[in-house]
Amino acid sequence: MGNILSLTTFIPLLGAVILALFLRGDDAAAQRNAKWVALLTTITTFIASIFILANFDPANPGFQLVEEREWLLGLQYKMGVDGISVLFVMLTTFLMPLVIAACWDVNDRVKEYMIAFLILETLMLGVFLALDLVLFYLFFEAGLIPMFLIIGIWGGKNRIYASFKFFLYTFLGSVLMLVAMVAMFADAGTTDIPTLMSHPFGTENFSLLGIQIVGGMQTLLWLAFFASFAVKMPMWPVHTWLPDAHVQAPTAGSVVLAAILLKMGGYGFLRFSLPMFPVGSEVMGPFVLWLSAIAIVYTSLVALVQEDMKKLIAYSSVAHMGYVTMGIFAVNQQGVDGAIFQMISHGFISGALFLCVGVIYDRMHTREIEAYGGLVNRMPAYALIFMFFTMANVGLPGTSGFIGEFLTLMGIFQVNTWVAVVATSGVILSAAYALWLYRRVVMGDLIKESLKTIADMTKRERLIFAPLVVMTLLLGVYPALVLDIIGPSVNALVGNYETALATFEAATQFASN
Amino acid sequence: MIGADIQILMPEVVLAIYAMGALMAAVYTTKDGMAPLLTWATSGLFVLLAVWIGINGQGTNVAFGGMFVDDAFARFAKITILLSAAAVLLMSEAYMQRRGLLRFEYPLLVALAVVGMMVMVSAGDLMALYMGLELQSLSLYVVAALRRDSVKSTEAGLKYFVLGALSSGLLLYGASLTYGFAGTTLFSGIIAATADGASLGLLFGLVFLLAGFAFKVSAAPFHMWTPDVYEGSPTPVTAFFATAPKVAAMGLFARVVHDAFGGIVGDWQQIVAFLSVVSMFLGAIAAIGQTDIKRLMAYSSIAHMGFALMGLAAGTAFGVQAMLIYMAIYVTMNVGTFAFILGMERDGRPVTNIESLRMYSKRQPLRALAMLVLLFSLAGVPPMVGFFGKFYVLRAAYEGGLAWLAVAGVIASVIGAFYYLRIVYYMYFGEEGEALDGKMNPVLWTFLMASALIMVVGVVNLFGIEPMAAAAAATLVQ
Repeated sequence: MGNILSLTTFIPLLGAVILALFLRGDDAAAQRNAKWVALLTTITTFIASIFILANFDPANPGFQLVEEREWLLGLQYKMGVDGISVLFVMLTTFLMPLVIAACWDVNDRVKEYMIAFLILETLMLGVFLALDLVLFYLFFEAGLIPMFLIIGIWGGKNRIYASFKFFLYTFLGSVLMLVAMVAMFADAGTTDIPTLMSHPFGTENFSLLGIQIVGGMQTLLWLAFFASFAVKMPMWPVHTWLPDAHVQAPTAGSVVLAAILLKMGGYGFLRFSLPMFPVGSEVMGPFVLWLSAIAIVYTSLVALVQEDMKKLIAYSSVAHMGYVTMGIFAVNQQGVDGAIFQMISHGFISGALFLCVGVIYDRMHTREIEAYGGLVNRMPAYALIFMFFTMANVGLPGTSGFIGEFLTLMGIFQVNTWVAVVATSGVILSAAYALWLYRRVVMGDLIKESLKTIADMTKRERLIFAPLVVMTLLLGVYPALVLDIIGPSVNALVGNYETALATFEAATQFASN
Repeated sequence: MIGADIQILMPEVVLAIYAMGALMAAVYTTKDGMAPLLTWATSGLFVLLAVWIGINGQGTNVAFGGMFVDDAFARFAKITILLSAAAVLLMSEAYMQRRGLLRFEYPLLVALAVVGMMVMVSAGDLMALYMGLELQSLSLYVVAALRRDSVKSTEAGLKYFVLGALSSGLLLYGASLTYGFAGTTLFSGIIAATADGASLGLLFGLVFLLAGFAFKVSAAPFHMWTPDVYEGSPTPVTAFFATAPKVAAMGLFARVVHDAFGGIVGDWQQIVAFLSVVSMFLGAIAAIGQTDIKRLMAYSSIAHMGFALMGLAAGTAFGVQAMLIYMAIYVTMNVGTFAFILGMERDGRPVTNIESLRMYSKRQPLRALAMLVLLFSLAGVPPMVGFFGKFYVLRAAYEGGLAWLAVAGVIASVIGAFYYLRIVYYMYFGEEGEALDGKMNPVLWTFLMASALIMVVGVVNLFGIEPMAAAAAATLVQ
């Protein structure tokens, strides 16, 4: 059990290598084999990750199951989990088998498709488990390559524009973070994340190009990390790559993007920005809060006028990520708890919503809302499931969506009432666009000629949705399942943050006297 | 005494004697008939010499009163030069053979150029430096114009010659100014003369020297010859230009700025940083519009030289180490990429248009994948080894107090990523186009796959080149 983390991380890669080396041909049998190998690999990974959870001690706020090895240039290969990352690992391993099952009907270059997803899973797990700055960066950036290919090769009509935009946007954000990492390496002499968390980065004000930088080096580093995570999140106004990427990506790609890749931004804030640059976070916090509030309202309004279902859900994702950033930068127990909860819950809900779109896209090959209407008449099961996830997306009490939104709003209310007021209006708007979407697609009479023969969900499709429904309900009625695991780590995070700030304020007061 | 000096110079002497002996032998026997044999023999000799230098080299040895220095730095550069030259020669054999380009002079000119390069990186004196540089350049001018019945190739050779002569002139002028104001051509003498700051005349000399070097490494704004020469020369020759001479010129650059002007880092640091930032941006932006893959690789090499110069601009031992690692990685990537380009043929004729790669991945999945790895590595995307090259130079620049250069560098690398992605786009996302030939020479195939594999597997420990580069840098920068 000594290296369960590495094992879990690299099982999918092993599966990919097996596929690449031993699977020949591109006939129906080979395609089916590729899918089965991928499915079994992801299921094995999920089982391995259960061992992580089983060996994880929620009461311990520190890093557990740590593995450490020398690497080059004084870097380390270091992996570990704490309360913040363990659930993201579980989310990833839980969703990947469903993602693979969701692309069962793909028949273009199947082997390569499966390899891309398996490599992507390894890289995503690596992001959440890495405890070395450069190792983290390595996984974080490398994830762009398979996603770029997934969008570019298997995407829709305008896939080339979308894939380039996706790659270059996120690449630009992350290279600034790379420079910041180099600076941190030079300043602290190590890239070990737990050590860096307790390393005091400089806070003396200085001026750069005539601008006075409050919080000094910490603010600059914070901004560089922000450039990366805000794009990844994505936050308004750097969210524009997301709708394009989502619309063009194949269904499975959209699910991974919305459910897991976006969470890397939020995870990054929690892992780096808050614990390593508390002063920078404090200085820039209000700015993030207002950006989040704008994001919630603005993107909800934009979602209202969308004609493409995937685009609508993409904008809704941006709005929901607004709650996450708001909760994180409220920096209190409720806010951060809520942010993590919201990310986990959004992983299930948005993933399910993209799968819902995928179900009818596979049948009609269009995502135009106009092309549908009255589906409830021919697809009752689909209508029920879509209804459930629409309500979860709106944040109906009893579903996990409610807990996340409520906790983040509660967290923010204690910090900045005005932001809370603006953000709460987003709850109403999200009900508006989600319900209106549902009404236009599912309700009403079935008058469109093309829909007259549409078939309801197959057994495979129902099986994919079942675990998602269970998780959404379970977390909705029993949130302690998540909160008990993340609680101690979040408590430590918030505690350290406040201690660091108090030290800083005492120091500045001492200096000014 | 002379015997001991020759002992130190032995690898160069062996190679030079081999080149001249083989030249005579070929002239008096079957001439071009011996060319394939000579090509293999020359690359074999390169590899042997690399092994010899690697195993035999110990400590720092100075020959001819300081004119020639054999230290860990020189050995690192020489091994890189020899191995890359051997790889490129092997790759060119079949290509040139089939097009009737394989003259017996080709491997021998390459061998002479390599002698020049080895002298360059070992030079301890401005005279020795110039001798090495000119031996290298003269051989390269001829090789560029190897296809003498082609207008483009002749043009490339002539352009290279005229501009190269101009840059040699600048360099020589700088050398004479330096000699005039320092009173010596020995690097050890120059560094003593600049112990308490450089006189204005020495600074002028320094600037002219650097301009000459910038030309040789094709750093902007002295890059103009690069795209035309790359495009016009036969592809194997282009592959050669992109690898060994670049290492030699960077090695020479590092040697002069540290061995001769190491006392006045502040004076040349800004020039090198300027060259670096301009090269990175020019290479990244100008490559976007290219349709010919050889021209694109020319701009790509300009951008890469900018990154290598970033390491040098730091002015520290770590900076030199970063530069050496960067160059070693760069050369490996370029060998693989040019192996791919050499294999691009349609009906047996070479094709260099990027659009000819449309949907290459459907027909040749493995080769397309190898090229994909190399392209992402060139773009500096982790986990490919190319990323570590960038990481080293960024760290060197930051620690050398050039944070702005590091920021500029990463922004340029994002712009540069676009054109590498464009090739991926043609190979993987494009529409069907006219197919390229399916066959690929096994030698090329091996080099392509090996290079791609190194780019992936190297993430584990970079094959241990880090301590070697560190030792090399330590001997150069005290």
